[in-house]
Amino acid sequence: MKNTFVNRKYIIMAIIILVSLVLLTRLFFIQVIDKSYRFSAENNVLRAVTQYPARGLIYDRNGKLMVYNQAAYDLMVIPAQTTSLDTASFCELLNITRDYFRERIKSARQYSRRAPSIFLRQISAETYARFQEKMFLYPGFYVQPRTLRKYSKPVGAHLLGYVSEVDEAVIKNDPYYKMGDYIGKSGIEEAYEKELRGKKGVKIFLVDVHSRIKGSYANGRFDTAAIQGTDIITGIDLELQEYGERLMQNKTGSIVAIEPSTGEVLALVSAPAYNPELLVGRIRSENYAKLQSDTTLPLFNRALMASYPPGSTFKPINGLIALQENVIVPSTTFGCNNGYLFVGCHSHSSPLSLKYGISNSCNAYFCQVFRRILENSQYSSVADAFNKWREYLTEFGFGTKLGTDFVNDLPGFIPTSGYYDKYYGQNRWKALTIISLAIGQGEIGTTPLQMANMTAAIANRGYYYSPHVVKSIGSTGAPAERFTVKHVINIDSLNFEQIIEGMAEAVNGGAGSTARSAAIKDIIVCGKTGTAQNPHGKDHSVFVAFAPKDDPKIAIAVYVENAGFGATYAAPVASLMIEKYLKGTVTNKYQEQRILELKLEAR
Amino acid sequence: MKRNVNIWTDIDKISILIYLLMIFAGWFNIYAAVYDEEHTRIFDISQRYGKQFIWIVAAIVIAILVMIIDSRFYYFFAYPIYGGTLLMLILVLFLGTEINGAKSWFEIGSLNLQPSEFSKVATALALSFYLGSRKRDLTSLTTFLIATGIIMFPALLIAAQPDLGTTVVFLSLFLVMFREGMSPYVFTTGVLLILLFFLSLLVNNTILSVSLILIATMVTWLMTRKTRLAVTGLGIIVAAGIVIYLINYFLIKEMSLNFIILVAVLVSGIAYGIYFFYRKAAGLIIIYLFLAGSLIFVNLVGFSMNTLLKPHQKERVEILLGFKSDPQGTGYNVNQSMISIGSGGFSGKGYLQGTQTKFKFVPAQSTDFIFCTIGEEWGFLGSLVVIGLYLGLLLRLIFLAERQRSDFSRIYGYGVVAVLFIHIVINIGMTIGLVPVIGIPLPFLSYGGSSLWGFTILLFIFLRLDASRTEYLI
Ligand SMILES: [Zn+2]
Repeated sequence: MKNTFVNRKYIIMAIIILVSLVLLTRLFFIQVIDKSYRFSAENNVLRAVTQYPARGLIYDRNGKLMVYNQAAYDLMVIPAQTTSLDTASFCELLNITRDYFRERIKSARQYSRRAPSIFLRQISAETYARFQEKMFLYPGFYVQPRTLRKYSKPVGAHLLGYVSEVDEAVIKNDPYYKMGDYIGKSGIEEAYEKELRGKKGVKIFLVDVHSRIKGSYANGRFDTAAIQGTDIITGIDLELQEYGERLMQNKTGSIVAIEPSTGEVLALVSAPAYNPELLVGRIRSENYAKLQSDTTLPLFNRALMASYPPGSTFKPINGLIALQENVIVPSTTFGCNNGYLFVGCHSHSSPLSLKYGISNSCNAYFCQVFRRILENSQYSSVADAFNKWREYLTEFGFGTKLGTDFVNDLPGFIPTSGYYDKYYGQNRWKALTIISLAIGQGEIGTTPLQMANMTAAIANRGYYYSPHVVKSIGSTGAPAERFTVKHVINIDSLNFEQIIEGMAEAVNGGAGSTARSAAIKDIIVCGKTGTAQNPHGKDHSVFVAFAPKDDPKIAIAVYVENAGFGATYAAPVASLMIEKYLKGTVTNKYQEQRILELKLEAR
Repeated sequence: MKRNVNIWTDIDKISILIYLLMIFAGWFNIYAAVYDEEHTRIFDISQRYGKQFIWIVAAIVIAILVMIIDSRFYYFFAYPIYGGTLLMLILVLFLGTEINGAKSWFEIGSLNLQPSEFSKVATALALSFYLGSRKRDLTSLTTFLIATGIIMFPALLIAAQPDLGTTVVFLSLFLVMFREGMSPYVFTTGVLLILLFFLSLLVNNTILSVSLILIATMVTWLMTRKTRLAVTGLGIIVAAGIVIYLINYFLIKEMSLNFIILVAVLVSGIAYGIYFFYRKAAGLIIIYLFLAGSLIFVNLVGFSMNTLLKPHQKERVEILLGFKSDPQGTGYNVNQSMISIGSGGFSGKGYLQGTQTKFKFVPAQSTDFIFCTIGEEWGFLGSLVVIGLYLGLLLRLIFLAERQRSDFSRIYGYGVVAVLFIHIVINIGMTIGLVPVIGIPLPFLSYGGSSLWGFTILLFIFLRLDASRTEYLI
């Protein structure tokens, strides 16, 4: 048998021997010649320490700092590196109980023996300093610097949201988050989490058996730097926000103020409020539980989530729809004899035209208007006319989400014709059946934010921008495309002028005008009072307004719960807010004092 | 003709000894890699070392079974085994369980089987049968293409899983074809292409091109010992390069430096062609063709990496090949693994005393990175012993292969050598940063039933063939 090429076995053997020698040479170089790997000769180890980026700062519209960061220190433990230690002095040093010590070590061991776990959260700077001196006694323990939120003023808790540790569900869904990381919850912190959080980095340190850091490993060749979070500039006026919260102290309700020309939220108050510092750091979970069980619902953001019947503040909308549908003209007058059918009214001069119908807030006038809208012969049925009416409301942003950058605003409720068909039967209902809608009562629910937005749309004479709290991300970045989209309402601006005349008259007119308590010297405020029916107790006082009349800078909605008629409390609050924003100071000290001293129990 | 032999006395004792040393060394090192003060019983089957002990016992049973089967079985059933394996490889693509992003595993009850481990054996058998059953001439193109097909068919099916590591292992069988007469140029070209591929990704392409030209000049000088010839050859390229550079500078303005060098080499080819034609210098033509081919290849790789692939795809390729480190990815592993091995020093930290491997800095410590534990705890001496044992086994197997009386057995023997060799080189090479991180196990040492059984079957079929080499003339 021929066995050709037999000499090639030498080539193959040569290759194998040569490659083996290459491997051995390399190993000899790494293991014997190169001393840089030799750190472990003294049993040193490497420790990968996560570099947490500072969270982005939050500013108000004038560049005033609202939220910043403070240093905090988490005491970490790597169970496998710990040695037996003097538990008593260790616990004393950290001011913890032996039970806590045993409990934490046990759960850290269960999580992982090699990976770090948090042993003690957010130790104080003093404890940190004391511990650092003794750290060499406690191998396996080290301090991980973190940052916590800090607030320049104890306001805006609902707006800003808070930061807490990620839970299991988040860790599962997003690989960025690891155990012990922080994440924004509710408010701006949640809505802009991706921008605010930045990017984590890692540093690898050489650590000796005494837990002492001997230096950066390989001159930081394997480290990645943390990238700081992006700052956020809000449209909030911090002073106005603070003032609003002061005015609403000891009351239940909300204030929403919007800049009509941009849709930027100037202030958003929900009362009762809470100090945002309560939800920072170690005290967070305890305080959160307290706030959650508080019967006055301080965690509940009324401005976005409470749905009230709008009451008489809804009358301008019905007036606008009637004008646009040509069922009335500004000079159309209706008589009022203390009401219309079963809808009562207060006493005032009669008959009234549209302007005075608004300024006197005549129920009879708007019942007639609403009948004309629904009984319009242009439509084949009341249901069709109703659908058209509802279409206008949707254009104003009622019954739908406004496309804001809040994470939990609610759409409110505007019934559909189908809703009444189901309730009364098809064609079994007419204008009179649902006449309470004429004066903003009945099956209708709107949020304070929606009412402020409606007011902004009126101030703009027919359009609005989706309300949003963030003005820019970083110093230049626009928050989102959608906030530059103009939502135009299909109602002529001339019709808006007619309604605005009525709203100006309500505040600045003579006898019979319902909102004179909102008047400000030198500024023409346009407003409308309202009373939201409260089945549980005293009615809620509501007021919407914008100012100045010809160049609106602020549109506002104020709700004071259980305060009765709109002019009594909501209108003065709105007036004070407007003056504060436009003038910087408040001249009507009497009114201010009256509001500050007012205490109303919730519900 | 049949002679009676006793396979138990004729089996090669040296190979068996090394095999046993290896599998038990593997077991002890897996224990060290997974070692935890809370689970110290080495037979604890909830731990990997406990399981590995079961795999080892099973592997010995398998080895005995392989020895009991008549050696003719492996010869006559080479193709059916190969066909069956191909079927398994196709089935696993549809029915397999996905582990770590690759559909490589069959889950049968609590047992996970990886058909690709056994396909190495089947392919080595099929290749041996094809080349050895009748005298084939590997210099013929048809034979070469069919043999290549036998290797590449399963390799591509495995690439589809996708399991890059095991696919690369199949390429080692070209070493067998080289032994059996495949043109050395095919072999050299292949090795060169792989080398160039990595170099073109690692090194600046302009520097690489210039280095290739200088190497070609050196080789020319070494082959001819004519300084004037080598210098003139280089001079022609440099001159052509300057001319093309100037043309590009003033007229075209589009060509990159790499491309100018490539064109310069191609253009100077005309001058060489004339010279070679008159002097009948065949050896020099080959040098030139290698140079031109290499430069074209380097430019192609550069072009496809930079132009055809989108940045994120390029990054993925680079990470896959281990050139680029992502914090949690392969680059990190290599750093950590080199730290572990390097920290072992000359004599190691001692058994169970390793710190780096224990802190889970290196993932897959008991499987693909088992060598880290050896390097850290046993130091350079341990590395030396392990590589020495491997080298001894490989050389012993070559010796055994060459003493076979049948072509089939010899070729299969080289198949075993090639497969073991590439596993050892890639696995150890990647832990010390010489080879990109390709996840393949270290024969006999890494944790895992499938790989241990695969290597056991691979080796013992050959030991069975060797034990009965005088029994039949197949
Ligand atoms: Zn009236």
